[in-house]
Amino acid sequence: MSENNSTRHIWIVFWILLFYTTVEVLLGIFKPSFMISNYLLGVSLLNLTFIILTIIKAYYIVSIFMHLGHETKSLQVSIVAPMWILIPYLLFILLSEASHHGAIG
Amino acid sequence: MQDSVIKKNIWGGGIRPMVASYGKLMMWFFLMTDALTFSAFLGAYGFQRFVHADAWPVADEVFNHFPFLHGEYPMLFVALMTFILIMSSVTMVLAVHHGNRMNKKGVILWLGLTIIGGLIFLGSQAWEWSHFIHGTYDGALLGADGSIAHFVSGTTDQIMRHGELITGQNALEFIASAKEITGANLIHNEYGHPLFADFFFFITGFHGFHVFSGVVILIIIFINVLRDTYEKRGHYEMIEKVGLYWHFVDLVWVFVFTFFYLV
Repeated sequence: MSENNSTRHIWIVFWILLFYTTVEVLLGIFKPSFMISNYLLGVSLLNLTFIILTIIKAYYIVSIFMHLGHETKSLQVSIVAPMWILIPYLLFILLSEASHHGAIG
Repeated sequence: MQDSVIKKNIWGGGIRPMVASYGKLMMWFFLMTDALTFSAFLGAYGFQRFVHADAWPVADEVFNHFPFLHGEYPMLFVALMTFILIMSSVTMVLAVHHGNRMNKKGVILWLGLTIIGGLIFLGSQAWEWSHFIHGTYDGALLGADGSIAHFVSGTTDQIMRHGELITGQNALEFIASAKEITGANLIHNEYGHPLFADFFFFITGFHGFHVFSGVVILIIIFINVLRDTYEKRGHYEMIEKVGLYWHFVDLVWVFVFTFFYLV
């Protein structure tokens, strides 16, 4: 019984990932004009949607496929926290330096 | 018995910090460092893209071909590659699932399918690379100043350069000084700025090498499963550790897909 449940859970996650990927691909092909011309926080709505969907997909892969969701809280935090701190920091440094080239913002 | 030993001497070994085995913990730490490497690559890509925004190619105008089909199908082939990698991630989870239940037959089936998925992905990437390297039939003009221009179709004296139409004397002068190039390599890129090609080869190449080494490791543990190595060891934890690596490769592709092809 639990055997069937956990494989079914894996397949549900597969369909979720497939769904988000399909949405991304359709948005990438049709590029709705209102999503390109409207900006939020300096990013077009289209790109913001792509980034949010990507992070949702990453959450499912890490939490379910890589089983991090089933590990102890301390392991979860020690893996995820450095990522949430270091990657935005790295991107902040790189992209703000890029803006000094006079190309963005 | 073991617990009492541990309580006596906490630094004496035999402890599993955070209830994860040594191998699994180290795999996680390795993957963290690898994640930082890839974020640096994609960040550097973003940096250069902002700096050279006017000459940066639009990815779905570059990668718009599909095997055996004529015409333009933007995104479709990469979407297929993404699908293949997600699929192989699912088969990997199922292999781990059967490993936890000591079901050798299940592990063989799902691990085998994962290897096949990885090989198909590598083949697709080779096709994509070859297409990018060979380029389009028409090629492009590389100006003396390093800018890239294309003939307006059907004309020999009108060119488009970075989205701007150039005609008359200016166009003729540009054409006279320009060099014809086709395809992309580390020096020229007919689609736009050469750094786009450099980043494409470097990032997808580095990811592709991860997939390749993943497939090699999967084949090694597949042989071990066939030879009952893990059956004798009493657990299939090795499948789980390699699975972590494989899912990470899938995870990286999800980000490469977004930042290279979509954004």
